Amino acid sequence: MTRTVLTVDDSRTMRDMLRMALAGAGFNVVEAVDGEHGLEVLSAHRPDVIITDINMPKLDGFGFIEAVRVDDDYRAIPILVLTTESDPAKKDRARRAGATGWIVKPFNPEKLVDAIRRVAA
Amino acid sequence: MDELEAIKVTFFQECEELLADLEGGLLAMQDGNDDGDTVNAVFRAVHSIKGGAGAFGLEPLVRFAHVFETLLDAVRSNEVPATPDLVVTLLRASDVLADHVSSARGLGVVDEAVSAAMAAELKACTDPNAAPAPAAVVEAPVFEAAPVAAPAEALIGADDALDDDDLGFDFQPMTITIDEQAADVAAAAGNVWTVSIRPKSDLYRKANETALLLRELARLGPIEATLDASAIPPLDMLDAEAAYATWTVRLETEEDETAIREVFEFVDGDCDLEITRGEGLTPDAALAALLAGDAPAAVEAAPAVVAEAPAPVVVVEAAPEPVAVAPVVEAAPAPVAAPIAPAAPVAASAPAAAPAAKAQQIDVPGPGQSVIRVDPERIDRLIDLVGELVINQAMLAQRVGEYGIAPSSNLAMGLDELEQLTREIQDSVMAIRAQPVKSVFQRMPRLVREVASMTGKQARLVMDGENTEVDKTVIERLSDPITHMLRNAIDHGLESPEERKAAGKNPEGVVKLAALHRSGRIVIEVSDDGKGINRERVHSIAIKKGLISPELQLTDEEIDNLIFLPGFSTADKISDVSGRGVGMDVVKRSVQALGGRISITSRPGQGSTFTLSLPLTLAVLDGMVVDVAGETLVVPLAAIVESLRPKPEEVRPLGPVGSVLAVRDSFVPLIDVGLTLGYREASPPPTEGVVLLVEGEDGSRAALVADAIHGQRQVVIKSLEQNYQQVDGVAAATILGDGRVALILDVDAVISLRRREPPRPVEPTLIAAE
Repeated sequence: MTRTVLTVDDSRTMRDMLRMALAGAGFNVVEAVDGEHGLEVLSAHRPDVIITDINMPKLDGFGFIEAVRVDDDYRAIPILVLTTESDPAKKDRARRAGATGWIVKPFNPEKLVDAIRRVAA
Repeated sequence: MDELEAIKVTFFQECEELLADLEGGLLAMQDGNDDGDTVNAVFRAVHSIKGGAGAFGLEPLVRFAHVFETLLDAVRSNEVPATPDLVVTLLRASDVLADHVSSARGLGVVDEAVSAAMAAELKACTDPNAAPAPAAVVEAPVFEAAPVAAPAEALIGADDALDDDDLGFDFQPMTITIDEQAADVAAAAGNVWTVSIRPKSDLYRKANETALLLRELARLGPIEATLDASAIPPLDMLDAEAAYATWTVRLETEEDETAIREVFEFVDGDCDLEITRGEGLTPDAALAALLAGDAPAAVEAAPAVVAEAPAPVVVVEAAPEPVAVAPVVEAAPAPVAAPIAPAAPVAASAPAAAPAAKAQQIDVPGPGQSVIRVDPERIDRLIDLVGELVINQAMLAQRVGEYGIAPSSNLAMGLDELEQLTREIQDSVMAIRAQPVKSVFQRMPRLVREVASMTGKQARLVMDGENTEVDKTVIERLSDPITHMLRNAIDHGLESPEERKAAGKNPEGVVKLAALHRSGRIVIEVSDDGKGINRERVHSIAIKKGLISPELQLTDEEIDNLIFLPGFSTADKISDVSGRGVGMDVVKRSVQALGGRISITSRPGQGSTFTLSLPLTLAVLDGMVVDVAGETLVVPLAAIVESLRPKPEEVRPLGPVGSVLAVRDSFVPLIDVGLTLGYREASPPPTEGVVLLVEGEDGSRAALVADAIHGQRQVVIKSLEQNYQQVDGVAAATILGDGRVALILDVDAVISLRRREPPRPVEPTLIAAE
């Protein structure tokens, strides 16, 4: 069973990096460029795991996570946030919004897959 | 690793865009548009550059971006006010950041001193009190809660471990020393841990999952998990969103406590966690374990939920290998209290698996934008092929024409349709490669800032028409001439602030850069509101340098355009800025090589305007095919105003060899193309031929005389310089439908060739040899 991961990041570089790491680990990858787009893609693809950036235009990571968590259809989907460094304040805020876990950038593919395994059924 | 390299290329492309966003945002702030969105976008740009740079380990770039980002973060949270001075600093910082990006890319070097000074300046702006930043908060909290395993507990554990291992000892009836045995026991004790987990409802709210935590623990070693469901209330009192269960896990592992705690990293604070070394069954936990098997009272009260929670006690064996992608451990029980657990993971994954798409596929990111990236070489190849198709189609049309087939016949009509389709294909293909000139324009604000500060001028750049689209091949060649014209405008055009004040002008000069489409060409204008060209000085310099003869009478316009002559330089001293060994003549030549034109107009005291015009594409051209002295030529349609057959009374002689044509209310010079290009030495009477009324880039008109017109055709441009050499009066060549090569006329060059022709009684073919 191929699992689908939704990556939400406004940086093309980061989306490409995530895609490379995830595709290499056998995941199916769908992408969104900001939180708003993420919510659209979410309903179209029903991912198993979501990886989201925090700083994004239109709808940022916090808002995106909150929006996913209030939706009965999607609130059980694990969400990992990308944080640039272990910024405790940002991490805490993401957790309060409902983030399941986090990945510290820069990440290597093992760390990424590891984090997904820890939250994905 | 190719893929990584490809992403790196993407990263640098993205950096370009982000740097442009950054600069655009800062400029908007400078104009007073510092709403939250702009500041946020500016912040994000630097943040994204830093993030990507981190991924590629580009340390100097990361370091500088970090300092920059920190200040921007303070600005967007209003801790630091965005004063005009600060914005200027930020703009300069964006230039340094751009240098770092270039340097990371292997293009150019960062001036370390400048970078360090800039970084220090940014830090000072971030924290005016300049106290060195407090050491980063260490992520200690994770460890705070860790109870230190007491020796006593370890001992208890040791006993238990011994009991467990009794069987093993039976099969090894060998004598061992007490010491060794003690060591073994100690080791065994160290390998057993008791982990007690009491999830809070927050844990489930964040889509964490006790079963997954157990699975993770099982990766460390064999586990035995016991569920204490005693706290689950009867169904009518059950809060679906609350958490009631407590798990006690016996774990055997070689790993240390840190590894065990790491399993719970994501649920820190969302569950009560106790990790003790050994079989540390606290009386409570032991009781709970006993009760667990006996808990049905509570569980039965909630039958609906029980269905999802099969057994209270589950043993999850250590998962063999990477569980990473493997399916879920089937036995993982759904915690009774998990509000959404049973349905969610399954429901979420099943439909998603349906497409089972290959991971490599190009995915369309939903109904929003979708972008495909294509190797430019493929597009170039396509454009080449379409070019051939155009030629082939023309050839076919010509052949069919030779058979005298009626234009109304099905065949001819089919060919017409083919021609239209071909043209549409061509337009569409060219549109793929068309890009807004923005990519070139966006580099210019920095240039203006730098040149202004180097020359001590104050300059503001105003840009217009950044979204004007032009073929990529042309875009790439725009940068140099624009750069040069802008440098020139600031260095030579604008006065110093003092001079401007004295002249009653704003000390800040305005340089305008505009792009527009005009009659099938792209026109770039660079204008300044400076002092204009000093014609007297230009004239005298040109004479002094022997570029023109002193007797020559020149119009103002002709004097202005003297600056394009090779070897002309107006600066008294060679300045750092314009005097890089490249004169306007080089700019002119490179522009001409592209089939472009450059000219200047100037008004004393009010400024100058450079006008650069280029074809929209370097690939195709609409042209009029004409016969001149037995040769076939193509005249660019864009230049032709009209074609006519002159009546004898409209032709008036002018001087010994020249003549003019009366067109409505004005006279335009008649130019025999055959004579100008050296095909013949004497012109036939213009009334026997056809006249094409053409207009040059500067608006000057002329009447070109040809022998016959063959009609209008689209031709594929083949460079003459690349395949042969540059020929005055000829812009390029093409291949006609019948396979013959035809030259494409450079209308402006033909007009100016004639203009430059001195009255020449002696050598009429001088031009061809020039």
